[in-house]
Amino acid sequence: MSSYPWASGFIDDGDRPKIVTSRFHLEDSYTIERYHSTGGYAGLKRALAKAPNEVHDDVRGATVLGRGGAGFPAGVKWGLMPPGKFPRYLVVNGDESEPGTYKDRLLLERDPHQLIEGCLIACYAAGLSQCFLYIRGEMPLAHERVATALNEAYAAGYVGKNILGTNFSVDIIMHWGAGAYVVGEETALIESLEGKRGEPRLKPPFFPAAIGLYGQPTIVNNVETLANLPWLLNNGVEAYTAIGTATSPGTRMVAVSGHVTRPGVYEIINGTTTFRDLLYGDEFCQGIRNGNELKAFVPGGGSAPWFTPEQLDLPFEGKLVGAAGSMLGSGAIMVMDSTTDIPSAALTLTRFYAHESCGQCTPCREGGTWLERVLQRVVDGTGTPEDLDQLFEIGESICPGSFPHASSEQLGLTATPFPYKMTTICFVGPSAYAPVHSALTLFRSEFEARIVQRRRIPVTVAPVGAHA
Amino acid sequence: MTTTEPDLAAAPAPDPNAVNVTVNGVPIVSRKGELVIEAAARAGEYIPRFCYHERMTPVGKCRMCLVECDSGRGPAVTVSCMVPVMPDMKIDTQSETTKRMQEGVLELLLANHPLDCPVCDKGGECPLQDQTYSHGPGESRYVEEKRHYEKPMPISDLVFLDRERCILCDRCTRFADEVAGDALIHFTGRGNNTYIDTFPDEPFASYFSGNTVQICPVGALTAKPYRFKARPWDLEQVESTCTSCSVGCRTVVQSSHDQLLRYQGVDSDPVNWSWLCDRGRFNFEAVTSDDRLVNPLVRVDGELQPTSWNDALDQAATMIREAIAAGGVNGVAIIGGARGTNEDAFAWARLGHDVIGTPNVYAQMGDGLPVGLLALDRATIDEAAKATTIVLLGPDLKEELPVLYLRLRDAVEKKRSKILEFAPKPSGLTKYVWKFVGYEPGTQVASVQTALADPTIAAQLATGSVVIVAGRANLAESSAATVGALRELLAALPGAKVLPAFRRGNVVGALQVGMRPGKGGLDTRGILQAAADGKLDCLVLVGADPLADFPDTDLARRALAGARRIIAVDTFLNESSSRADVVLAAAAYGEKSGTTTNLEGRVQTVNQKVTPRGTSRPDWMIAAELALLLDGDLGVGSVDDLTEQISTMVDSYGDVTAAHLAVAPDGILAAVPAAIDPMNMVEVNLAARNSYDFRLVVSRKLYDQAVGTAKSPSMAHLAKQSSVHLHPLDIERVGAVAGAEVKVSSARTSVILQVTADDAILRGTAWVPFNMPGPNIGDLIDCFAAVTDVRIENL
Repeated sequence: MSSYPWASGFIDDGDRPKIVTSRFHLEDSYTIERYHSTGGYAGLKRALAKAPNEVHDDVRGATVLGRGGAGFPAGVKWGLMPPGKFPRYLVVNGDESEPGTYKDRLLLERDPHQLIEGCLIACYAAGLSQCFLYIRGEMPLAHERVATALNEAYAAGYVGKNILGTNFSVDIIMHWGAGAYVVGEETALIESLEGKRGEPRLKPPFFPAAIGLYGQPTIVNNVETLANLPWLLNNGVEAYTAIGTATSPGTRMVAVSGHVTRPGVYEIINGTTTFRDLLYGDEFCQGIRNGNELKAFVPGGGSAPWFTPEQLDLPFEGKLVGAAGSMLGSGAIMVMDSTTDIPSAALTLTRFYAHESCGQCTPCREGGTWLERVLQRVVDGTGTPEDLDQLFEIGESICPGSFPHASSEQLGLTATPFPYKMTTICFVGPSAYAPVHSALTLFRSEFEARIVQRRRIPVTVAPVGAHA
Repeated sequence: MTTTEPDLAAAPAPDPNAVNVTVNGVPIVSRKGELVIEAAARAGEYIPRFCYHERMTPVGKCRMCLVECDSGRGPAVTVSCMVPVMPDMKIDTQSETTKRMQEGVLELLLANHPLDCPVCDKGGECPLQDQTYSHGPGESRYVEEKRHYEKPMPISDLVFLDRERCILCDRCTRFADEVAGDALIHFTGRGNNTYIDTFPDEPFASYFSGNTVQICPVGALTAKPYRFKARPWDLEQVESTCTSCSVGCRTVVQSSHDQLLRYQGVDSDPVNWSWLCDRGRFNFEAVTSDDRLVNPLVRVDGELQPTSWNDALDQAATMIREAIAAGGVNGVAIIGGARGTNEDAFAWARLGHDVIGTPNVYAQMGDGLPVGLLALDRATIDEAAKATTIVLLGPDLKEELPVLYLRLRDAVEKKRSKILEFAPKPSGLTKYVWKFVGYEPGTQVASVQTALADPTIAAQLATGSVVIVAGRANLAESSAATVGALRELLAALPGAKVLPAFRRGNVVGALQVGMRPGKGGLDTRGILQAAADGKLDCLVLVGADPLADFPDTDLARRALAGARRIIAVDTFLNESSSRADVVLAAAAYGEKSGTTTNLEGRVQTVNQKVTPRGTSRPDWMIAAELALLLDGDLGVGSVDDLTEQISTMVDSYGDVTAAHLAVAPDGILAAVPAAIDPMNMVEVNLAARNSYDFRLVVSRKLYDQAVGTAKSPSMAHLAKQSSVHLHPLDIERVGAVAGAEVKVSSARTSVILQVTADDAILRGTAWVPFNMPGPNIGDLIDCFAAVTDVRIENL
């Protein structure tokens, strides 16, 4: 068996170590009884037996990378909090809304106790007294499962006052989002939690670790990041770093969608697995649908610049992918085969980001919509050759200077690496530009084919005297 | 002598707050924590901006101020209104990237901005227009359809919003929330469909809404009184000082074709920080009102008829002479002078004291506090807004001295100060106070005594500086109560300073330059009582309307009936001046020059912008002419002569010379005068409660029937119908329902008022706003009683 009716989308073919999806094959994996019977909350007990800084050292030593998008090591992030300032909070970013990403939903639905345990370990290690679990509004089942699990965990004494008889106390508060993509940005999520409009905060301060929720030091971690912690505590740093590479240890969950034979969520080995393994491997996606050719793929969520078959042999290693001109982001791979209409695909993504702009800063609010409109015109066949350059011009107002893109032997392009400069407050503005820029850089001929050369209207010279 | 070695030890220590940076290669010394945008300004580099405003928290939303800064890691895109300088930072406001970003932001801002500049009120003074010229790309490539909204949309009675022009810079919304404390406008919608809106059924009814129009960087917000009235390049302007209340906000007065069209706030650091209240901003409409008096009037056969100035002044002089002949100089009294300039008041004071020789001269209208308050150790507004504790012993500042309210609110919001408020009813500041002590009228002294005995309050008052803001909280209660409370506080806190919250425009100046009783003279209540008793041969009203302003309307009415001769100097025919025998048409604000003194004693200039209406003249000129006709020469040929006389003749105004004023943009703080009068405290016996079981609280609202509001068409309707406010349980007790009419009776008479439920009103008290349209609560007030008790009956 490789997929399960209760964990729709999840596929675990092959014999790979599993860190966060180890219970997905069990139908009742979300219950506390099953969690207990499969080693649940043992990691918490091990953590509580150590000093908090030892647990923090474990997480730092294991280089647990953030799985939300930026790939920042969690242990380092926790260390950015100013010492001696309390209370400090943990905020769990469960507002998974990056196009193509659907891994956290499964973690929330299938193994809520693993997340709760991870939260408790993080709180213990970093001295956090309260945890806020922000769950995307469009995930009602996740909401139900997490709420039930929280009640069970409170009843069992894992959450609340004097956890497991120690003097460690943490409350976990659940919060339901209201459907805004931008709230996945950590400072917008904090604003939303505070009851305000979900708008990213202005930088500086650059990190909520210094000034976060209610002005206090706050750690914002992704669901998957925290779900790694119970396994790490149970099996130790060495076991964790034995998987994957030194700079990208452990596993990571990826969500593949689009034109592959077997799209789904896979837990893959970090750092070593390549995109070719993932898209063509038998235990993974089993190739492009109907035996078609691969045209392009998005390697890290809708806001990542695109790759072509030339980048298939890159491994899931942040630095390498960045140097190649894109990012691993949220672990969402969107695959486009040779039947894909590239301008329409770019328009679909850009329209999403333009619609999801919060509206507070000018380049994103105005630029995103402008990009969408020009692109729409081109797709509709009413664009002009100038429109294509215009798209780059608008993009330059959002991201001044060179924008990252992949190399292309066929087009004679060398890669422009990450990152880019931006005039916006957060990444939503550049995200609206990324698909336009990639599509237009790598597939310009497809756009040019859409440009209808306007016919000149024939002018017949009027006879003499007709002007009177 | 040996040559002197440079003494290294004596070299000044390096300034710990200095930060060395370069702006476009030019080294400058900035200050620690200073924002890049301000540091660049030090170097003379203007970084374009829309959302940034010096008096508000930076938000970095418009992205116009992006520049490149190198803090050692290469040039980085920097939001110059958000990022403070760092040592050795290289700020580049002219790099190619900077220019590209600025052009990009401007092109994007203009994408959806209608190019209706030729018909837009802002055109010509518009930051978007100006910065498009100075920093823009020169052309727009946006050919798509622009955003469309219904326009304009009224967001309050005074302000219209054009959402198509709005660039969503967050200035107005930030002002409303952060400065005014009226977060009634907010962003709605998302992304490209974001717009500013009010909450459903909640208009932007802020007393400070006009400021949003002034700070709007485009023509999105327009004010009803100015819309489509003029183009900015047609406006002429002078700087002046608002005299609508005694805060003394700096303004520019703008006119076109000799007609006042607009006031704008000027950023005076010690006073108004560029803000104005709406009444002060829009009451130029009263100056241009068609109801203004344009000629002097004299009573012929019982009717007031226009006449020449010679005739009117002659008749007035004759009346004064006859009055002196009939009853001596004590039979003449002058009330008023608080609405004009120091020079006006000084001329009238000299006419009264020196030429006529009467001691019965007074600038207050029975709604203030004893003049002796001005001799106390006086605090400035800045000192009050920096004090550890501010003790409020006065009126509702939001209603009476609105910009002082903004300053004190800011002191609390920025956590500099804590407010301890004593009041008979909650005020606009109450939600910001540290402790509110509500008291029933008559128990003010006791409530202060009890509070001072409270260990928490005593501990708070014992640490740091204390400023007491003292004014008249309740017109239906004797001022002796406030004086007593102030005495208790000063006895307990000898180091405390006092900020007198006298409210009327130039009342402090008028009192200080001499509009106060001479030896044995009467105050306004005494003058009115004498008139009512038939002992006054001539009553002169200088911009005074006792029927509207004196709390005890019955006394005012009897006084105007009892005075044998009445001379009025006024801009309008009002209730009182229409009862006069001679009415002298006075020039109004904007039509005359001089100086004014605000409540902290700051003397600032008032400047003429337009020609006085008709043949009207400044008050001082009328006084000088009358003096000549009464064989006394004030020695005055121009208003400057008076300014000079004040500086030589008035104690504490020695510094206030024209030359000094010309070089003092923030005005001159006049010295606190030596004791003017002892704070004569009259013991008033408090009557026991009887069947008149509600204690009456009467205080003013910003919008009432005063001419500034009533004669300004845009604001007149903002004065709401008078009503009696009771606690809901008290309404139940009298068997009434909210919204119904009740009979409110004092020992004098009864009025029928609508009852409003307000759970902020203390049980057993009834609050009625003063001088509002509808039944007059002044009819119920006895100004000789300690308190006014009323009975409330369901009809």
